[in-house]
Amino acid sequence: MTLKTLPAVPPSTEKFDFKKSLCALWRQRWMYFLMTPTLIYFAIFKYGPLWNAQIAFKDFKPLLGVMGSPWVGFKHFETFVNSFYFTDLMTNTIYFSLAKLVLGLPLAVICAIALHETWLVKYRAFVQTMIYLPHFLSWVIMFGVLLVILSPGNGLLNQVIEHFGGEPISFMTSPDHFRWVVILSDIWKETGWSTILYLAALLAISPDLYEAAAVDGASPMQRIWYISLPGIVPVIVLVTLLRMGHILEAGFNQIFVLYSVPVYSVGDILDTWVYRQGILQFQFSLATAVGFFKGVIGLVLILISNRIAKRVAGQSLF
Amino acid sequence: MLRTKTRDAVIFQIGLAIFLTIILLIILIPFWRVIVTAFVPLDIYTDEGVPFFLPPTKWTFEAFSQLLGHSMFPRAALNSAIITLLGTAISLVLTVPLAYGLSTRNLTGRKVIMAIVLFTYLFSPGLIPVYLLITGMKLTNNYLAVILPPAVSVYNTLVMMSFFEGLPEELKEAARLDGANELQVLWHVILPLSKPILLTIGLFYAVFFWNEFFTPLLYLNDNSLLPLPVLLRNILISASFNEYVEYNAFSSSSIESLKAAGVLITMLPMLLVYPWIQRYFTKGALVGGVKE
Repeated sequence: MTLKTLPAVPPSTEKFDFKKSLCALWRQRWMYFLMTPTLIYFAIFKYGPLWNAQIAFKDFKPLLGVMGSPWVGFKHFETFVNSFYFTDLMTNTIYFSLAKLVLGLPLAVICAIALHETWLVKYRAFVQTMIYLPHFLSWVIMFGVLLVILSPGNGLLNQVIEHFGGEPISFMTSPDHFRWVVILSDIWKETGWSTILYLAALLAISPDLYEAAAVDGASPMQRIWYISLPGIVPVIVLVTLLRMGHILEAGFNQIFVLYSVPVYSVGDILDTWVYRQGILQFQFSLATAVGFFKGVIGLVLILISNRIAKRVAGQSLF
Repeated sequence: MLRTKTRDAVIFQIGLAIFLTIILLIILIPFWRVIVTAFVPLDIYTDEGVPFFLPPTKWTFEAFSQLLGHSMFPRAALNSAIITLLGTAISLVLTVPLAYGLSTRNLTGRKVIMAIVLFTYLFSPGLIPVYLLITGMKLTNNYLAVILPPAVSVYNTLVMMSFFEGLPEELKEAARLDGANELQVLWHVILPLSKPILLTIGLFYAVFFWNEFFTPLLYLNDNSLLPLPVLLRNILISASFNEYVEYNAFSSSSIESLKAAGVLITMLPMLLVYPWIQRYFTKGALVGGVKE
């Protein structure tokens, strides 16, 4: 760093500099030695798949291998974009992402404000502990929990519906209800945990502001509206932008566990389709092309949303 | 926060308490339902289905003993433990050096390594290329197939890196002047100071591996290798039910009770450690998420 402040570098020192940087490399040899296993790991397990991804542009035959299979250009991408399932898959994927964000985020903000405002400190800690819990449970466990609530026979919700004279509904296998099952179960599982970011932002607001509001006789609602909310708007903007960058990640694990043949039309997303076509139907190249397509769009979206986040909120993920 | 007990403020507080209680009930009632379903005896179940409240004297452990009596559940719990411990260990051993190297500002080639790492975070070609890699390496029916592909999380690496960056540079310099090499600096100076972040990131990895079910399903075909979540899923979708549970017309508990008991057994280890690990997670969620 200090070298940069020197007036002018004489041409003769160039060779010396090269030597110096070799020296620097030698001095840092232990550091490279330390990082080598991880870098080898990256080469195999993170860049190996990138190498294999070339089969998106080939007609992959397992016998010919990744290298031996013939190139076909953008054939699989064209097949995918022109296929009848393209619109359904894109719609379902974006629909789930947006619905989870649009319905989940306001609820998380309201919960965070409620937790922040309450005077019952011990009760707050208990509520926090309980609403964070579902975040740590896998979707398989969530599936079991949903079954005891939604199953047509003894599901709690269906018992309530029957009590009021309604017909039991098979929520998990009904195309009319499956999307709501996905969206609401995600909100049930993740809203509590996502209050953490907003709570941290609320705690960072200067107490002076609240004191001034109290002196001016502001009502609780005015306090929330004019101090708390503006204080967490940057976090809301940031979360929204980063979620937009991941809009094609609609929740593979969740949908993979919850869906079944009757609800494929309303539940299938890009990732679940890739799994079925690739692993179950052996359409390796087509499935890889779809995964590649999703990856490229995801990359562009993340870069855009990160750029906007930097400009608007002065913050970014990387 | 300032607490002036005006009439408005008190009414507002009552409203808040009611709201928080509703939220709490929405979270708790499903769990309560799972518990009652798992403990309801067969005669009550066949008469009136699953009641909302079950008299304390009627609770039965029948479903649990039926599940645990079969060798599959203890075996799966052991498999889960192996995957979690081995996975967390491998993950930390690979993550710590990378995070440490990236936190060393004057490391030659740091930016290149950072770009290599970040690119894998930003672009992923999806499931199939990984699947071909793992099957090509003949790792099917091997725990490494489940552990290695997700072993290093770039996000966790960045969180750990920002922690290392916050440690005072003088400590490292002092050790280097004493003739310590980087390996010794990391082992004797950095790691003892990094226990909180190691615990936090280790727990992130451990919970991830404990909950993994898709990759085991994909790569482990041998029933004796399956971890708990996969076993639970197979029970829940009633696929090959009889492979895991002795279930027939003479069964002493209903299918629903068995499923609910399976959910509780799978959940139990997490519930037991959760009160202790919660604060590390809360901290970890706020450490490296965003940077100014």
